[in-house]
Amino acid sequence: MDIGTGLLPAFARGCAVLGSGGGGPVAIARAAAMQALEDHGPVAVVRPGDLAPDTLVMPVGTAGSSAVMSERICGVNEPVHLRAKVEELFGAPVGAVMASEIGGANGCLAVAWAAVTGLPLVDADGMSRAFPGMDQTVMELHGVPPTPAVVCDERGRTLVIENVTGRWLERLVRASLEAFGGQVATSEYILRGGQVAACTAVGSVTRALRLGTSLPEPLITGKVAETSGTILIEGLGRDLGRLARIEAGSEFHAVIEDGAPLALVPDVIALLDTRTEEVLRVEQIRYGLRVSVVTVPCDPIWHTPAGLRLAGPAAFGLAGLTGEGRPS
Amino acid sequence: MRIGIDVGGTNTDAALIGDGGQVLATVKSPTTEDVTGGVAAAIAGLGATEASAVMIGTTHFVNALVEAARLEPVAAVRLGLPATAALPPLVDWPDRLREAVEGAVYLCHGGHEYDGTPISALDPGELRRVAADIRARGLRTVAISSVFSPVSADSERQAADILAAELGPEVHLSLSHEIGRVGLLARENATIVNAALRPLAGRTVAAFAEALAVAGIRAPLFLSQNDGTLMDVDHARRYPVATFASGPTNSMRGAAYLSGLTDCAVVDIGGTTTDVGILNGGFPREAAGEALVAEVRTNFRIPDVLSIGIGGGSIVAPEGSVGPRSVGYRLTAEALVFGGGTLTATDLAVAAGQAVVGDPARVTGVDHERPLKIIAERVAEAVDRMRTSAAPLPVVLVGGGSILVGELPGFADVRRPDHYEVANAVGAAIAQVGGEVDRVFSGPRESVLAEAKNEAVARAERAGARAGSVRIVDVEELPLAYLPGDATRVRIKAVGDLDLEKIDA
Repeated sequence: MDIGTGLLPAFARGCAVLGSGGGGPVAIARAAAMQALEDHGPVAVVRPGDLAPDTLVMPVGTAGSSAVMSERICGVNEPVHLRAKVEELFGAPVGAVMASEIGGANGCLAVAWAAVTGLPLVDADGMSRAFPGMDQTVMELHGVPPTPAVVCDERGRTLVIENVTGRWLERLVRASLEAFGGQVATSEYILRGGQVAACTAVGSVTRALRLGTSLPEPLITGKVAETSGTILIEGLGRDLGRLARIEAGSEFHAVIEDGAPLALVPDVIALLDTRTEEVLRVEQIRYGLRVSVVTVPCDPIWHTPAGLRLAGPAAFGLAGLTGEGRPS
Repeated sequence: MRIGIDVGGTNTDAALIGDGGQVLATVKSPTTEDVTGGVAAAIAGLGATEASAVMIGTTHFVNALVEAARLEPVAAVRLGLPATAALPPLVDWPDRLREAVEGAVYLCHGGHEYDGTPISALDPGELRRVAADIRARGLRTVAISSVFSPVSADSERQAADILAAELGPEVHLSLSHEIGRVGLLARENATIVNAALRPLAGRTVAAFAEALAVAGIRAPLFLSQNDGTLMDVDHARRYPVATFASGPTNSMRGAAYLSGLTDCAVVDIGGTTTDVGILNGGFPREAAGEALVAEVRTNFRIPDVLSIGIGGGSIVAPEGSVGPRSVGYRLTAEALVFGGGTLTATDLAVAAGQAVVGDPARVTGVDHERPLKIIAERVAEAVDRMRTSAAPLPVVLVGGGSILVGELPGFADVRRPDHYEVANAVGAAIAQVGGEVDRVFSGPRESVLAEAKNEAVARAERAGARAGSVRIVDVEELPLAYLPGDATRVRIKAVGDLDLEKIDA
C-alpha cells in the first residue's frame, strides 16, 4: 500500500483523532507532508512482518513547542541528517522510517520524512496515540533501549545522547530546546525489523487511515457548558439531560459521567466540532461549542500494570480513577 | 459633525452624527459600480454640506479577494532558510486564488528564533538577485515575511531596505510584522493578500476622496479597520487588508452605541445571513486562532462572528424550513409583499405583524407561526454558542432583517434600538483610534506587561489618538508551553479618541 496526496487528508484526520486533543498543529504537518508527497511521490507502507529481521528501523518525530512549530516551520533536511547519524552510529543502512508518535503532527511528519528520504514507512508507531513524554512508548515497555538517540535541526546541528534511561532522555532533550530555538527533530528507540512486530504499536498507519474516514459512535453529543478547571458537556438531542465532565492536560485524559469514567487515559479521547467535524485540540475548546466526544482504544499493552504505571490515569494526576467498566 | 458611511456589496448606508453624539440623519442607497457615485449620493442623501470628519467602512477589498478579481500578482519573499523550506509560500492556497496572486516565490536567508537571535544572516547579494528577478518579471508589489518577525522585525526591515533601493518607489512593499501575528503561514498569507490589494487600494481610496470632493465636503477621510478603530488615508493605501472585517465590526460597534450597552451579544440580520458577535467593553471579541478568508488561512485580527444562513430574503420551503437559499438583493421584486412569487422570511414577519413592509394584504393567511419559531430558535442557538458563560446576556438586534425576530428563547433582554437598520454606518462614524502590541516577551511578568502597555499607548498616540484619552482595552498573556525561561506572548490593545488637530497638523 502507498500513501500519496489522495490518501493523506484521511490519514491526517486519523492522526488528529489519535492526538487525543494534543500532539501539536496537524494542519502545518499535513501541509508539509502534502508538499513532500508532491515533490517526491507517494510513500510505501510496509507491514512489520515484511521487514527483514536485521533491517534498521528509524523512528522519527519532533519535540518542542506547538507555537514554535507553527512559526519556525521545519526545513527539508532534518530526516536526511537524522538518517546519516543513525547509519553512522549503527554501521548499517536505515531500511525504513517509523512514526515515534502517530497522534497529532508527528504522524504526518513521519509521512513527509519517509517521502524526503525515499524510505518506506512501517505500519506501526511508538505510542498508538499522542503522549507528552518521549519515554511513554511501547518500546520502553518492551525494554528496547532509548539510546543512542539523535537530536538535530534542519541544518544538521546534531546531538547524540547515550547511556540514559527514557526519562533522562526526555530531560536532556527538553534541556536542549532553548539552544535549538524551541523545536528539534529526534530519533530514539531505534530498532531492528525483527523487533517491530513485538515491540511497537502495530498497524497504526492503517488504523489512522481508517479513523480518518469513519469514527465510532460518540459517547455523548452536546455543548460545552463550562471550561474553567474542568470541561463540562451538556447533552443535546438524544443525549438531552446527560452531563459529562472531561479532564484534560496537554491531552484529554478522562470523560466522566455520574462519577464513573466513560473513557480514560491511556485510551484515546477525541472531541469533534459537531458542525464542521473538525477534530479539536484542548486549547480550542470554548464555551458553547457543539461537540461530539469519541473514544478509540489505545494499544492493549497500555492496560498492563507496567503500561498503566508509565501512562495510565495516575501518571496524569487521576489516581482515583480506574478503567474498569470502560467499553471494550 | 461626523459622517459615517458603510459601502457594502449591495447597499451604501450613511449616518450623520452631531457633535453631541446624536444621530441627525440616515440614508440607505444602492452601491454603484464606480464607488464614487454611490458614496456621493449617500452624502447628498444626508443633506450634509459640511463635516469635521468622514469615516468609511467598506467590504470592497475583501470582495475582491472572494471574487479573485482586481488583484495584482505578488512577489512573495520569505526570510528563514534553512528553516521553513518544508512549506514554501502560497502552498496552502486554493488554486483559483493562487493563479490570480502568484507572481513569484523566493525563499531566502534571514529570520529569527523565538528569542530574537538570527536563524541565519541576511544575504544582501541573494536579495539583490531576487530584486533583479522581480524587475525582470515586471512585478509591482512584494510581500516580505520572516520567521518570528513579531519578536524581531530586523530581518524584514533590512530586506525591505535592500529591495526598495533596488526596485525604486513604484514597487509596493508589504511587511508581515506590520500585518499579522505569530503563526508564519497565516501571517504570510495575510501579507500576500495585502500586497495583492495595494494597487486597488490606491484607486479605491482616490475614488472615496473624489466622492467627498463631488459632495463638496472638505474634511479628513478615514477608513475603519477590523478592530473598530480608524486609519487615515495614507495608512489605508498601504494596509487594505486591515479593512477586511470592518463590516461586522462596525455593525457591532454601532449596536453598542445605539443601545448604550458595552457588554452584550449583537445579532446583525441582513438579506442572506445572520451574523452573531459578542461585545466586551464596547469592542468586538476577536477570533482566537486562525480565520479562513476566501479559503485562505490568515491570522489577522478579526471579530469572532458566527454566521448562519438566515436573512430577510431567505426562502421559506413548503415544509417550513428557512434558508440558507435567499433572494438576496432581489427581495423588493421577489417577496410576496412586494408583489413577487417567492415566500421569504420578510413575508413571514409582515404576516405576523412584526413589521409593515410592502403590501401586508398580500400575505394574509400565510402560516407564519412555525417558521418564525424555527428562526428564533436557530438565532438563539447561535447566540448561545457565542457566549462564554451562563450569565444573563443582553441581545441587541440590528440590520434590516432584524424584523424577523421578536423574542429569543432563553434570552430575557432582547432589544432593537432606533436606527438599527444603519448600525454599521453609525459604527463607522463613532470609531476611535487604536494601537496594539502582540509579541513574545521574556522576563519578569510585571516589567513585561508595563513595557507592552506603554508601547501600545504610544502606538495609539502615533496613530492619531489624543494624549490622555488612551486606555488599555484588552490584555492577553499566553505562556508558551515547552519553552524554557519566562517566554510569554503578550497581546495588548489601547484605544483613544481621534484628535483631529493632530491629524490636520
